[in-house]
Amino acid sequence: MLLLNSFLFCGTICMISQIILDNTKLTPGHITSILVVVGAALDSFSIYDLIIKYVGGGAMLPITSFGHSLIHGALAATNSNGFIGLLMGMFDLTATGITAAIIFSFVFSLIFKPKN
Amino acid sequence: MKNTKYDRIADLYKADEHRIRNACLAFLVGGIIGFLGEAIIMILTTKMHISRSEASTFMIVFFIFVSSLCTALGFFDKLVTKFKCGLLIPITGFAHSMTSAALDYKNEGPIYGVGSNVFKLAGSVILYGVVSAWFFGMIRYLIGVIS
Repeated sequence: MLLLNSFLFCGTICMISQIILDNTKLTPGHITSILVVVGAALDSFSIYDLIIKYVGGGAMLPITSFGHSLIHGALAATNSNGFIGLLMGMFDLTATGITAAIIFSFVFSLIFKPKN
Repeated sequence: MKNTKYDRIADLYKADEHRIRNACLAFLVGGIIGFLGEAIIMILTTKMHISRSEASTFMIVFFIFVSSLCTALGFFDKLVTKFKCGLLIPITGFAHSMTSAALDYKNEGPIYGVGSNVFKLAGSVILYGVVSAWFFGMIRYLIGVIS
């Protein structure tokens, strides 16, 4: 059941953004930024947590999950550190993704030569 | 006169067909990526007996690795022009933008080329993500304090 939900959820988000891309003048950069903001907005009242509970891995892959984990880490840190926790815990959960992307892109840019 | 009108109408329908085909392709490819992500989590949790949050971290790192490697090898760009949002919206698009920026500016040197241009496309995602997460987090925190 989680597998089917993942397929439908991830596919629906991609389809919506493709429709926006085709019918407006927005570039992919605009759309990914908008989706990150939407993910953060959805998690500010724990809606995205509910989606992850019912969808599973398919909800962690779209870029909306990036905004979700930013705000999720920040709010988790406010429980122990108060207001300053918003700044302390911001990158707690997304650190793996960003670090992995930086390291892989640097290593591959050393090894490979650009095509064309 | 008649011909141009016909051409215009035909173009309209052709564009529509492309739009529908693009949307279906994006749905299919994005769905397959989501399906694979959940399948990897299930395999890791049942076969390797690790917790679900750990498995999802491995899954995300795996997708970033694969899309970075495909970008570096040069055939991810062709897939992106074909499937567009199906590959750009999942985390693969984030890794693709960083690796392609790093490769494009490689010959301008390690500091002013690669170092300052890696976040050229991914930077907007991080900036707006952090600003909006801080803003919404502050609202949520203040509501929690007041009530």
